[in-house]
Amino acid sequence: MDLIDDPEQAGNAPEFTVSEISGAVKRSIEGEFGFVRVKGEVGRVSRPRSGHVYLDLKDDRAVLSGIIWKGRAEGLLTQPEEGMEVVATGKLTTFPGQSKYQMIIEDIAPAGVGALMAMLDKRKKALEAEGLFAAERKSALPYLPDVIGVITSPSGAVIRDILHRLRDRFPRKVLVWPVAVQGQQCAPDVARAIAGFNAMTVGGSLPRPDLLIVARGGGSIEDLWGFNEEIVVRAVAASGIPLISAVGHETDTTLIDYVSDKRAPTPTAAAELAVPVRMELLAWVGDQEARLTRALTGGIAARGQRLRDLNRALPKPDMLVEQARQRLDYWDEKLDVALRGVVQKRGLRLTQVTGSLRPALLAARLDRAREQAGAQGARLAPALGRVVRERLREFTRLAPRLRADGVTQMMTQRAEALDNWTGRLARAGTAQEHGRRTRLDALDRLRETLGYRETLKRGYAVVRGDGDVVTGVKAATQASTIEIEFADGRYDLSGKTPKPIKAKKDAPPDQGNLF
Amino acid sequence: MTDQPVKEMSFEDAMRELEGVVGQLERGDVPLEESIKLYERGALLKKRCESKLKEAEEKVAKLTLDGDGQPTGTTPLDG
Repeated sequence: MDLIDDPEQAGNAPEFTVSEISGAVKRSIEGEFGFVRVKGEVGRVSRPRSGHVYLDLKDDRAVLSGIIWKGRAEGLLTQPEEGMEVVATGKLTTFPGQSKYQMIIEDIAPAGVGALMAMLDKRKKALEAEGLFAAERKSALPYLPDVIGVITSPSGAVIRDILHRLRDRFPRKVLVWPVAVQGQQCAPDVARAIAGFNAMTVGGSLPRPDLLIVARGGGSIEDLWGFNEEIVVRAVAASGIPLISAVGHETDTTLIDYVSDKRAPTPTAAAELAVPVRMELLAWVGDQEARLTRALTGGIAARGQRLRDLNRALPKPDMLVEQARQRLDYWDEKLDVALRGVVQKRGLRLTQVTGSLRPALLAARLDRAREQAGAQGARLAPALGRVVRERLREFTRLAPRLRADGVTQMMTQRAEALDNWTGRLARAGTAQEHGRRTRLDALDRLRETLGYRETLKRGYAVVRGDGDVVTGVKAATQASTIEIEFADGRYDLSGKTPKPIKAKKDAPPDQGNLF
Repeated sequence: MTDQPVKEMSFEDAMRELEGVVGQLERGDVPLEESIKLYERGALLKKRCESKLKEAEEKVAKLTLDGDGQPTGTTPLDG
């Protein structure tokens, strides 16, 4: 385009000299951008001998030259290095000599980490204060979800990792909601996806998932920044479906991790949190079944054993009655005693009762008995008479048969025998008497010869005291009467006191007996 | 035992109850008749668990979205 060739463009427009226009631009820029903060990556850095620092700030589309004057450069906490993300503070100016504009940098600090983190920290605290991260807000993950909603980029490793791991563990229905996982669209996409899944109906043509996974692979803090946005955090907090966050690597923490029900360090780990291992569960179920059967059969067997044990432990029937028997014995003994007591009591009662028995009662009965006896006695005499008459009749019947002839004859014979025997007795007696007389005479003669009377004839005497023969002085003095028998009679010395004389002069009366 | 019919139970509920039934039966302090009932219940629960495990089916779909970012349908997605 050639301005000079265009006659209409000439006219009233003032003409600037180069210096004038350069000066005007300089004033304009310095007025407008007297104080700016510029974030960018540090490009080429040069440090000439002057001590000033020349550097480029750049992003993917533009470059801005910058100068740190010597005095400022020495006082910087962070020295700029190529590739470093920084936030530079200063002012814009121009360098008319080279038609350049540039930034005079007063201060320079690392961008991202510090600045972003400061901002993130502030946001986190605000949301935390609202209670969005509270543990009690978190819901438990379903043990075995039927449908899993995955919010991530439909292409790339992340979704493949998740699907692979799900297939390994427990194949499930998966709905993938495609979203931008970085850049401006990331946060609104993710927030819309979370709300969209929650809006679905259970069992509808698009079945509502019972578990959500929000996943993204590793990246810089800026890449992950969308998951720090408040809109995402609020969408997760509002979700009625339990949600697992798996954003970045394990060391990257975004705000969605605080608000999610469960944070997985990687997308693969999210799949592991989402479903159990099917084979393990099958094994577990089989194990449970075996335990179930074993427990039942074992229980029955144990009961059988217990029954047998109890049966063995049952006491013998003898033992069961033993105690009863002992009691019986005890009471048996007691019964004896009790019986005696009862008898005694009854005995006592009896004596009390018999005490009232009167002789009159007995007498009355005796009278009755006597009357009976009298009646019987009256009948006795006639009965006796009857018997006597009977005997008499018998006797008179027998009496005529009694004859005297036999008796008389027998008496005659006996009388003759008696006479006979009497005669013989007389004769024998006479003969015997005669013999005895003869012998008696002889003996009497002998007696006369030998008797004391014959001795008396010869001058001896017999002394008698009180009729008895006295043979000594002592007897003689005691006798009241003394008699002396001589051959021709007795001489009584009564009343005369005989003079005791020597006994040897007296001869005992029977002294002369020579037998 | 809960009153919920076994056929309507989630895998997790059936699993939890099965575990309880097995534990109860293994403790051996259940009367014999009760233990037979428990065993039958356990067998039902086990069947339920097994059938839920057999439902394992992989079906992956990607949602298609309209211009407002609202889902309009699904397309198959290869893992």
